Amino acid sequence: MEELAALAGGFAVAVTPYNIALMVLGIVLGVVIGVLPGLGGANGVAILLPLTFSMEPTSAIIMLTSIYWGALFGGAITAILFNIPGEPWSVATTFDGHPMAQRGKADEALVGAFTSSFVGAIFAVALITFLAPVVAKFALRFGPAEFFAVQFLTFASFIGMGRGSPAKTIASMCLGFALACVGLDGVTGSLRMTFGHEELLNGFKFLVAVIGLFGIGEILTSMEDGLKFSGADAKLRMDAVIRTWRQLPKMTGTFIRSCIVGCWMGITPGGATPASFMGYGLAKRFSKNGKNFGKGELEGVVAPETAAHAAGTAAMLPMLTLGIPGSPTAAVLLGGLLIWGLQPGPLLFVEQKDFVWGLIASMYMGNIVGLIIVLTCVPLFAAILRVPFSIVAPAIVVVCAIGAYTVNNAMFDVWMMLVFGVMGYLFSKLGYPLPPLVLALVLGDQAESSFRQAMLISQGDVSVFWSNWLCGAIMTLGVVMAFWPIVSAVIAKFKGPDHVARAA
Amino acid sequence: MSAINPDQIHDVEAEKPLVSMRVADVAVALLFLAASGIVIADSVRLGFEWRENEGPAPGYFPFYVAVVMALASAVNLIRALPSSEEGAAPMTSVQGFGRMAAIFVPAVVYVAAIGLIGIYVASAIYIAAFMLFVGKFPVWKALAVGCGVAIVSFLMFEVWFLVPLPKGPLEAAFGF
Repeated sequence: MEELAALAGGFAVAVTPYNIALMVLGIVLGVVIGVLPGLGGANGVAILLPLTFSMEPTSAIIMLTSIYWGALFGGAITAILFNIPGEPWSVATTFDGHPMAQRGKADEALVGAFTSSFVGAIFAVALITFLAPVVAKFALRFGPAEFFAVQFLTFASFIGMGRGSPAKTIASMCLGFALACVGLDGVTGSLRMTFGHEELLNGFKFLVAVIGLFGIGEILTSMEDGLKFSGADAKLRMDAVIRTWRQLPKMTGTFIRSCIVGCWMGITPGGATPASFMGYGLAKRFSKNGKNFGKGELEGVVAPETAAHAAGTAAMLPMLTLGIPGSPTAAVLLGGLLIWGLQPGPLLFVEQKDFVWGLIASMYMGNIVGLIIVLTCVPLFAAILRVPFSIVAPAIVVVCAIGAYTVNNAMFDVWMMLVFGVMGYLFSKLGYPLPPLVLALVLGDQAESSFRQAMLISQGDVSVFWSNWLCGAIMTLGVVMAFWPIVSAVIAKFKGPDHVARAA
Repeated sequence: MSAINPDQIHDVEAEKPLVSMRVADVAVALLFLAASGIVIADSVRLGFEWRENEGPAPGYFPFYVAVVMALASAVNLIRALPSSEEGAAPMTSVQGFGRMAAIFVPAVVYVAAIGLIGIYVASAIYIAAFMLFVGKFPVWKALAVGCGVAIVSFLMFEVWFLVPLPKGPLEAAFGF
């Protein structure tokens, strides 16, 4: 239990009144940054990085990681209240979080989201504490073929586990991939599908699409039907925290599944976004309440939030041990480490013991402090829903426009946001699922380049994806998932019409 | 048409229908097919074959993605074509469309105005006008909220976080 002694030493370094004050400041700033559109955790950390140059490295990284925790908590707020995911990994939170808000359970959704973020993060920190050296070795084994296999599995599980029409799921996903291809090709540098328009050079940015599809699309639906926040007039009771916590022990299975998926995706590093989608998909498949998912089930908020934060936190592990950042924010933090003269890598654990264990201790502290801060503010966040829709609707359009503009500092993106808004409205009306499109847009570039790299290494031989047990197992599972609708239809046919009726 | 009140729940199904699900489904499937066509055309230009020492050509991935998209859309189209009870249901009503236009058409004007007068002035006018004409708020409230949102976002983005947004003549007069 050498780690525990080292951790105790870390707490001694991290827990000083000065550092705790920095934590509180960092988390409050982080929440504000997470709620504001166009300012993600990575931008927030980058903007505030210069402020920390004069501090001790340990204090500085405590402040910066606190901003990161705050932004992670903050992303869930807009996702639940307005169906606008502030961060890629909040997209899955909107599926059940926003319906909960519409049914007047915004406070429970927020408490559930914050609590599960906390559980996921603490699980990942505990993992970092004890498994850092072992896991670091495992991550080194991931090559392009393994990356593509993980991404393939993520997409295939949409087809296999999706509720709607598989053909519409595939169409929506392929549109996402096609949009992701637009612009400069990362491998060869040639221009794809720009047709001579300079505006398309940067391609379609994920955030612009998400702001339009979810934000503007939601505004259109709300205008058509009238606003349905049934809880808007209800009194916000302060006991939301206790009420929600009482429901959580029933979801232990979901917590454990999401924690494991999240940590695995964070370390490998698949990232927080696929982790959140996978966590949601698994919970939908295995939970007793799975069929109610999408209508406002607390478990549907818990599953993706736990997975996303486990992944977001676990992403710190490859950064510290290998110098490979697992997320954009981790990449900015990595830059910070280098500026303070700390070389990340296996030697960091030997040469800068105080710093590493101080940082790990601050991860525990930061998440506890963060949870207390955001939980006390839940009534404040939920009160936003009581503002009349005639004020909220144009204000959200303004916020969306600002968010879309800041992605690339381009007016073209604001116009695209309006186009995506109409698309979002049509797709949700006609049963085209939006998540596969969004995920394809986020991961399309990566999936394509890992596929092409893997093919290049194997000289065009597809069997490279089955060259070792790790990659082969993931890939096989993916293929099964992709063809699951056909398989299950065939099985149902053999079993006779009674079973078909029940399956439907 | 009666006043548009977004804070009240409307029963779209009971209103005069505008577009049926079937028509919308067919139109969207055709748009998907058109998108596949565009992507395939450009992928063929880029090449989708295997290249020695370079791996798959730039058009390889989008080409197959677009082929799959075209196949899936063809399935959707064939499914949507026959008239069915489900397909006959209205997607939106005339009044529902009107309510959506009440926020969307001004939004288009707003985005166009950003380039001319800057995002802050345009936002203030957009919010105030929507509150005034749709929400039926008194003028002073509409102006207060519109200007308030604009000033707060100005302070937040331009002053504290130093994120430059489009500005117009008014900001220039104040020296920004």
